[in-house]
Amino acid sequence: MSQVILFNLLNGLIVGAFYALMALGLSLILNLSGVINFAHGGFLALGAYFAYSLAPITGFWIALVIAPLGAAIIGVAVERVLIRRLYGRDPLYSLLMTFGLAFIFQDGLKFIWGAQSVPYQIPSWLASPLSMDLFFLTGYRIFMIAVVAIAVGGLFLILGYTRLGIRIRAGTLDLDTVSVLGVNVRVLRSLNFGLGIYLAGLAGVLAAGMLGLAPTIGDQLIMPSFVAIIVGGLGSLPGTLVGGLLIGVVSGITSVYFSEATEAVIYVMMALILMVRPHGLFGDEGRLQ
Amino acid sequence: MKKFQDWQGTIIVWALLLTMPFWIGHIGGYTTLGTRVVVLAVAAMSVNFLLGFTGVLSFGHAAYFGLGAYGAGLTIKYLAASSMAGLVAGVLLGTVGAMLIGLMIVRLRGVYFAMVTIAFGQIFYFVSFRWVNLTGGDDGLTGWTRMPLSLGPLSLDILHDETAFYYFVLACFGAAAAGMALLLRSPFGRTLLAIRENERRARFLGIPVDQHIWMSFVISAAFASLAGVVYAYLNNFVDPRAFRWDQSGDFVIMAVLGGMRSFWGPLIGAAIFVVLQDKLSSLTDYWMTPLGLFFVLAVVFFPRGVLGMLKRRRAT
Amino acid sequence: MARPSQANMVGRRTLLTAGAAAGLLPFTGPFIIKARGEEPIKIGVDNPLTGIYTALGKNEQAGMELARDQINAKGGILGRPIELVIEDSTSDKTDVAVQKARKLIQADKVNFLVGNVNSSSAIAIAQVAGELKTLHIVPGGHADAVTGANCHWTTFRICDTGAMQGAAMAKPLVEKMGKKFYYIAQDYAFGRALQAGLEKAAAKLGAVNVGTEFFPLGTTDYSAILIKARAANPDVIIDLAAGDDGINSIKQAVQFGLDKQVKIAGMQQELEVVEGLPPEARIGTWLFEWYWNQPNVPHVADFVAAIRKKTNKVPTARTWFGYAAIWTCALVANQEKTLDAIKLARGLEGMKLPPEVALMPGEVFYRKEDHQLVPAVFVGHLQAKGTIDPEDLFVVDQVIKGPEFMPPASETGCKLDYPA
Repeated sequence: MSQVILFNLLNGLIVGAFYALMALGLSLILNLSGVINFAHGGFLALGAYFAYSLAPITGFWIALVIAPLGAAIIGVAVERVLIRRLYGRDPLYSLLMTFGLAFIFQDGLKFIWGAQSVPYQIPSWLASPLSMDLFFLTGYRIFMIAVVAIAVGGLFLILGYTRLGIRIRAGTLDLDTVSVLGVNVRVLRSLNFGLGIYLAGLAGVLAAGMLGLAPTIGDQLIMPSFVAIIVGGLGSLPGTLVGGLLIGVVSGITSVYFSEATEAVIYVMMALILMVRPHGLFGDEGRLQ
Repeated sequence: MKKFQDWQGTIIVWALLLTMPFWIGHIGGYTTLGTRVVVLAVAAMSVNFLLGFTGVLSFGHAAYFGLGAYGAGLTIKYLAASSMAGLVAGVLLGTVGAMLIGLMIVRLRGVYFAMVTIAFGQIFYFVSFRWVNLTGGDDGLTGWTRMPLSLGPLSLDILHDETAFYYFVLACFGAAAAGMALLLRSPFGRTLLAIRENERRARFLGIPVDQHIWMSFVISAAFASLAGVVYAYLNNFVDPRAFRWDQSGDFVIMAVLGGMRSFWGPLIGAAIFVVLQDKLSSLTDYWMTPLGLFFVLAVVFFPRGVLGMLKRRRAT
Repeated sequence: MARPSQANMVGRRTLLTAGAAAGLLPFTGPFIIKARGEEPIKIGVDNPLTGIYTALGKNEQAGMELARDQINAKGGILGRPIELVIEDSTSDKTDVAVQKARKLIQADKVNFLVGNVNSSSAIAIAQVAGELKTLHIVPGGHADAVTGANCHWTTFRICDTGAMQGAAMAKPLVEKMGKKFYYIAQDYAFGRALQAGLEKAAAKLGAVNVGTEFFPLGTTDYSAILIKARAANPDVIIDLAAGDDGINSIKQAVQFGLDKQVKIAGMQQELEVVEGLPPEARIGTWLFEWYWNQPNVPHVADFVAAIRKKTNKVPTARTWFGYAAIWTCALVANQEKTLDAIKLARGLEGMKLPPEVALMPGEVFYRKEDHQLVPAVFVGHLQAKGTIDPEDLFVVDQVIKGPEFMPPASETGCKLDYPA
């Protein structure tokens, strides 16, 4: 039994890392622009389909990098035309608009790539387990962890040490002041949105390696990602990362003891955490509270 | 004149609703479509009671909608084969649920409050999904129907007569709308508006803010559970999706789409949402695009919701 | 002619449908001329066109449309042309499916109702059809209850039940795979029915259940479930997930190398799922309810060619379900020379499908007691790449005819509720 728990602990970290990747993108956009992006799942699917179409031409590795970029470019275009109209307004309007966008995405993906799942192939040396015992540690999943680690590391480096990142972080705390200081908030928000969508696209490419690729691929992933953000606390990216890992581990462990509650447990956990800490684990009383 | 303008909207709304079965067929609709609009309007107005008039977003009102629906369905199936008994049981279950949950979450604000309401909706969703023996699980609760009403010598066959059922639903809607309107005009309602406008100031004035928000939450959830009851009656069926977050999301969308600061806004939003979805999906497989586009354009062109915009245009 | 009139916007697609049928006029000889002035017979289709079952719903629809064109070319129903009135039920919102069923029957006044891919929706709209006394054909909703505990006199079903598949598959599975079964199945009517059907039938052959894991529809990560499954040390993992869940679970099991440690098999498998799997994951022994590559069965090649011409793909079991559903409506109405639902239902009881509709070996007929079609099933294994055709991904090892495996009607729990 203890072996099963250990397995689920490790496995939960892998699953959680994936949620964290998606949640970080959502969190970036929410923190700086106050936009709750329900179209995130659509962007995730878009990245995955780009990779599906690119991989036969460019190979797996280039597609992995380029496809999310394609999603991010479309993301910035959408931001320039539509999302920017939400800034400064009640976040509820972002809900209405991004719900609408999610609908359009799903139809568009179906129109272009069809409703039936398509097979997305990963290099065969990644698609096998490293050992017979720890069979769930496949090359692909280890690789996924590495990609998440690189992406998260890169994100924190960008935020910590580049001019863009410092401005994003400052903007998250107080956008008006940043604007007065002469930073072009328009560009800042666009780039930040693009960065968030890049992470969504990346999550999509990774997901396509494990899941069937259909236009609805993002639907089941979005709510756990929101839970990760809230558990970690709004405004805290490390919080989001911890939140993602936590939901993976908690639902993994629950599946051993009380498998009927595997899905419900993350919501129970969120409710309990908020009752003890009303701003999540690492949240501050930012302007979004 | 001002007096009439105040009532103008209400009179038009009621005139249209009361005559609906007579005209809806002529514009390509059918009675159950109208019933569906009215049912979901109750839910959207209940969300808006909290959102538009107290300033608190619940993204989990499907929890109480679902409790109402299951309460009614289970009562008719197992306890008492009566539509009124189901209605009472459903509203009671939803309201008591909201009282308890409200106590736990009333201190939270903003996105955290919205997310914790989602959490309870999702928990109910998974419980009803997994508790197959009681709820029928994912297949839904079947093997029951709404029952004809009988009040002493009078009886109304709401089961087989779609028009009679519409007026039954409209009566529930009327009770809910009147209840909300009266509450909003009362001192309690004024206090809620004060909290919406500036919670901190309200607190400094000595208003027990948490208590008021709790009461507003419970009242609004009671109306949501009423909507759930009649929704279950409409379909003669309930399934766990009545609890799920996208169901809550639909209610919020209806409220925001119609105009969350106006009393009838959610009704307009529900009508647009339900009728558009129904019509578009008959015309094309790709109905999600025009519907989605409508949402997007509504945000761009109707910043206060459809009704808010209509009002403003008239004012200028 | 396709412009929607204000009074009835619903009509647009139906008009288009009728228009397509009218387009066949010049080629179809004298019958249709007689039918031209007649009011068409409407068949309401309440099936998913959005969400996770879109591909399945669309394939069923392609089969229905082919049947419609063929029927109209042969003079329609009682000399009147037929048209399909198509509504999107969505994939998982049963309340929408119910609403659409009412709309089709009450507002569009359809003569027949067809649907739904989703078992729960099929059960719920069967209740509506029974209440409104409309003949209802379920092409591809598999839950046993449709022709079992929740059966109605109005409802007939084409696809199999879990009990039928269990009875058909138990022997091949026990013989090939061993006796310790671990089940993973979707937590809804169909998943539970499949699991119960196989467990019951396999137990008679000495197989034991070493564990069962039910998971909700739409589960994406199967690692925790598979960890549990392997820890139970079974001979075979019986994967009963359908649709995208099937893709995800098989794909992950193969990536975990579980197919090299234990055997992986299941029951119902569909070409739509297999085509969504990467080649290395096309493994295992499964049951197909219909397969397009049947070289020795008459009329199958014609059907395959007609569907290929229409969709550029081979027909799947779903295409056949839809095709057989629409043909069933026409066959029984023309046989009974009426549209009266009770007479139609009585006429369908025991009715045999002719070979050009059955498209499989053996006698295929609707059982009187529960209104369930009694078809043959195709047991076989998947192959990574097609030999004669890129879409030939299944190798039929054995065709089992209905009467050889069909559990008795007395076990279904169906009591038909004909009006007195």
